[in-house]
Amino acid sequence: MTGTRSTNGRYARRRRVERIMFGATVAATASALGVLLFLLGYLVWQGAGALSLDFFTRLPTPVGEAGGGMANALVGSAKLLLVAAAVGVPIGFLGGVYLAEYEGGPVAFVVRYAADVLNGVPSIVIGITVYGLLVVPLGHFSTLAGGFALGLLMIPVALRTTEEFLRLVPDSLRDASLALGAPHWVTIVRVVIPAGMRGILTGLLLSLARVAGETAPLLFTALSNRFWSPGWLQPTASLPVMIFTYAISPYEDWHRQAWAAALVLLVLVLGANVVARLAFGGRSAAQA
Amino acid sequence: METASSLASDASTSAKILVRDLTVRYGSTLALDRVSLDIGERRVTALIGPSGCGKSTFLRCLNRMNDHIRGVRIEGRVLIDGVSIHDPTVDPVELRRRVGMVFQKSNPFPKSIFDNVAFGPRVHGVRDRVALCEIVERSLRQAALWDEIKDRLDRSALDLSGGQQQRLCIARALAVEPDVLLMDEPASALDPIATAKIEELIHELKTQYTIVIVTHNMQQAARVSDETAYFYLGRLIEVGPTEQIFTNPGRQETEDYVTGRFG
Repeated sequence: MTGTRSTNGRYARRRRVERIMFGATVAATASALGVLLFLLGYLVWQGAGALSLDFFTRLPTPVGEAGGGMANALVGSAKLLLVAAAVGVPIGFLGGVYLAEYEGGPVAFVVRYAADVLNGVPSIVIGITVYGLLVVPLGHFSTLAGGFALGLLMIPVALRTTEEFLRLVPDSLRDASLALGAPHWVTIVRVVIPAGMRGILTGLLLSLARVAGETAPLLFTALSNRFWSPGWLQPTASLPVMIFTYAISPYEDWHRQAWAAALVLLVLVLGANVVARLAFGGRSAAQA
Repeated sequence: METASSLASDASTSAKILVRDLTVRYGSTLALDRVSLDIGERRVTALIGPSGCGKSTFLRCLNRMNDHIRGVRIEGRVLIDGVSIHDPTVDPVELRRRVGMVFQKSNPFPKSIFDNVAFGPRVHGVRDRVALCEIVERSLRQAALWDEIKDRLDRSALDLSGGQQQRLCIARALAVEPDVLLMDEPASALDPIATAKIEELIHELKTQYTIVIVTHNMQQAARVSDETAYFYLGRLIEVGPTEQIFTNPGRQETEDYVTGRFG
């Protein structure tokens, strides 16, 4: 009797704790999601009004003149990301392959640690570094320098995601390939990398999306531009820097444009995430 | 010198694989302790023994898959067709083409059925589509899988059932035309019907291949093998004709194990 009651008491208490903790996790999840939804909703509310075809096709207009767009910033961001990918993808990807497939010793530890430290370096420090490395010797701000800075920021994420996804490829596949008489490098190129490719592509795309919103390193490297930036060696406009410039300006019209640009940037980054998950997130080789 | 000449004369008999004083250590753990064993050509040799007794280690020595394990040390000699597989002139990649392996857990590549079977030949330089098709068909027929899947060679190998996947792995191993087939508990993850198919297959394959199979299943060893070797704690306790090992073993430990009185 007593035993039963005390058991019941404990059971009731356990259920109370369970309910509270469950509620806490739901609340935390809801707030995380809520922040995103609030952000998106607020941006749509503030920025959708200034969105028009002109926004995507026209250059910024001089102060006081209504209309105009950010076509140069959109193209500028695309070019910056192209340079960033050219720098970050090969280094991150090949480095990840090296870490996952060739090296398990102290070298790997140092490289991994360095990548994590690089990941933690404030992006503005990367910007200043590239300023010294490229902008000063070349004599001016440029797409090349900006993209290079973004590429450096990509490396640690690209490297670690490549390594992680290659590690998810089961050893049984490596064994199968080796046992068929395939040399190590053939096993890596024909079996391991294809099996981990979806995850790797997802990771690379996400790392690109992540640097797409970086502003600080661009201030010292790509600067900005009110006009088109031909080639790769001129200062260039970019969405994040444009948002920064317009948002701190005293003009009402520019503020609206900054909101619109923020909305476009967020949608592009979210879009890259969704595309990455839909296109590459399906069945992974880890299930094989 | 004397060992060498006795090995040479051994090699002239029907043994395909000669193992002499094979010792394997993982770090400080002794996995195999001076194992010597002859494996007959076109015979099925079963390796039995409790988990951790070294039979899988032994198997993986025969195609040098243990080379990839960190901290492994291998001593002793393994001769296939009279040639030491540890000879510096022997390319482990070439060795593995001649000594195929089927693993405990079926491990098809996440590719199409065709690409799975064609993987080995492609790696070894077969590019011609017609030749590849012939190899794929022949290998799948040998693995008794052709009739079940001939209409869907372009489908993912991962869509096959467990038993089919394992036979696909056997077909994939056969496609590189090995002389020896090593099987590491090939049926342990399969249901009885799929297991029966694999066993039937082993029966047919032994007319062409030298087969070494590790199994935990006594009945399976008794059914499929010609010779049985009992391993315990890294040592080879006894080897002999399967019937003798199961009905009239020479050692008490062997009898305890095969009759299930193992303590």
